[in-house]
Amino acid sequence: MALLEIRSVTRRFRDFVAVDGVSLSIQAGEFFTLLGPSGCGKTTLLRMIAGFDQPDGGQIVIDGKDMAGVPPEERNVHTVFQSYALFPHMTVEQNIAFPLKMSRCPAGEIGARVREALDDVSLLGMEKRFPNELSGGQRQRVAVARALVNRPKLLLLDEPLAALDAKLKEKMQLELIALQKEVGITFIYVTHDQEEALALSHRIAVMNKGRVEQLDEPAVLYSAPKNRFVADFIGECNLLDCTVALQDGGTLDLDVAQLGRVRAAGVEGSAGATQGTLALRPEKVSIARALADETCVNRFRGKVHDYLYTGDVTLYIVEVEGGRRIEVMLPNNAVGRSSKFFEPGDAVEIGWREDAGHFLRD
Amino acid sequence: MRRRPWLVWTAGVLTYLFLYVPLIIVVVYSFNDSRLNAEWVGFTTHWYGELLRDEQMIEAAWNSLLIGVVASAVSTVLGTMAGYAIYRFRLRLLPILVVMPIAIPEILMGVSLLIFFVMLNLTLGLVSIILSHIAFCVGFVAIVVRSRLSGMDESLIEAARDLGATPVQAFRLVTLPLIMPGIVAGALMAFTLSIDDFVITFFTAGVDSVTLPLQIYSMIKIAVTPEVNAVSTLLMLLTLVLIVIATRLAPGSFRGK
Ligand SMILES: Nc1ncnc2c1ncn2[C@@H]1O[C@H](COP(=O)(O)OP(=O)(O)OP(=O)(O)O)[C@@H](O)[C@H]1O
Ligand SMILES: [Mg+2]
Repeated sequence: MALLEIRSVTRRFRDFVAVDGVSLSIQAGEFFTLLGPSGCGKTTLLRMIAGFDQPDGGQIVIDGKDMAGVPPEERNVHTVFQSYALFPHMTVEQNIAFPLKMSRCPAGEIGARVREALDDVSLLGMEKRFPNELSGGQRQRVAVARALVNRPKLLLLDEPLAALDAKLKEKMQLELIALQKEVGITFIYVTHDQEEALALSHRIAVMNKGRVEQLDEPAVLYSAPKNRFVADFIGECNLLDCTVALQDGGTLDLDVAQLGRVRAAGVEGSAGATQGTLALRPEKVSIARALADETCVNRFRGKVHDYLYTGDVTLYIVEVEGGRRIEVMLPNNAVGRSSKFFEPGDAVEIGWREDAGHFLRD
Repeated sequence: MRRRPWLVWTAGVLTYLFLYVPLIIVVVYSFNDSRLNAEWVGFTTHWYGELLRDEQMIEAAWNSLLIGVVASAVSTVLGTMAGYAIYRFRLRLLPILVVMPIAIPEILMGVSLLIFFVMLNLTLGLVSIILSHIAFCVGFVAIVVRSRLSGMDESLIEAARDLGATPVQAFRLVTLPLIMPGIVAGALMAFTLSIDDFVITFFTAGVDSVTLPLQIYSMIKIAVTPEVNAVSTLLMLLTLVLIVIATRLAPGSFRGK
């Protein structure tokens, strides 16, 4: 049985529906992520799991027990708050000992357990410091240690890395993955950062306006989004409105305005579709002055309109002859190349394979 | 501003002079070896000795101290509860009710309390003074405590609950220590308000109970003697000591963050 069952949970604030009939089933030991834009209801859902807020409808079941009316202190769930919420009047040691004291851990054991928890997050030697004497990354680790010290069934993390700089964030992500593996506790992780979600999670629920749009493993989510929202939210994506001109077994011939005829692989459920969207990742489009790759069945001539240099890759915006603009990503991997291959105005040819685009039925 | 620091400095120095010169004069003349507050004659501690022999003065001091301690203790507890309730349940009416005694003219408060006590058939004396001091001190404590609470990160209380604390434990182990500076400041404020209250005490004291301010008033009706200076100096000293203690106990609420 699943560790956490969320059954058609709804939460309204006056006439605004913040969480709208969400159902999720989360297994023990999973690193599960709630991903969605700001205001989509992630925190609201998390607060109901922790017990700070009650659903207006639906049911939350942890370990087979209905949580209706169970206060936060009686749930075997701990939270790492976005602000970390470390007690400012207690030292690191006292902060981490707090949950142990609350659960009536024998006094003799507390010292050892605290040291063990500090060791888990590599913070030994910081016992006597107060939270305001720590760096952001150290505070974050204290918050994690405090939430993990008495081994809850479920750990909720609400954007715990949002306040950290990019380098530290990456480091903490690796540490979190390792930690989760080590302790084997179920993590429910909230973020609006899709890269972070893809990097960390076993499964991701993409939320939008209080609903779950798609729930899948990262690779599936990225390569086979179920709808426009998910395709657009996760990674860069060209979204091309199209009509189905011809459907022949496994392939679709699509007409895209200002572009022309495009061939795409059919997907499950595309049979009989007449309208849809072709989701095309920029990194799956090839670009050259003259394309040599014969596998690119979709080929268009055009010129470079603009580009965005980001160090490891460059994103080119190519305007094809029909007038449509397509984003193309090119890794800057040529030895000695300092910046870019093409200048705005250069005549180029772009192309992609039949299975590069992903057809989304309307 | 930056180009004319001397202007700021002058304004600052003048303000402090205005505030402190009268107090300094009182202190200096309490050591003056003369019955008159007119000219400096010589140093003496005679007037302090005189105070100690003045039985009425001693009694008034004891009364003031007793009233101050009891009234501030009770109003600290009540005011903390009120401040917490206002914050926690986002009450609208309670703040108004609590602040009312501070806002309305003291003389009105004194008169109405007097009428109230008479209606209740309560003998005017220490008890009625303490009750009326509590009535106007609660509001001050509540305001200070509430403002301390609203400066507190609410997720700290949630974190405590999340980590297994019952509501009572969360209050005792997290909320209370964090608002303690506010409570101490409120208690101190209540005590000083009580010690130097004149108007309300005047109305509710009855005939037998005298507090320091009442005693000083009855003395200066005759003349401002050095004895008055001496007792005022002692009052000032007491206040100063209290403030120093409070800033030691609760650095946050006095020095800012
Ligand atoms: N107590 C409340 N009263 C009224 N509306 C609320 C309340 N809490 C949240 N909301 C609304 O519910 C919606 C969802 O809020 P929530 O905090 O869950 O978003 P979120 O997904 O966590 O966003 P973010 O990524 O910005 O943290 C928001 O539009 C918010 O304004
Ligand atoms: Mg949020």
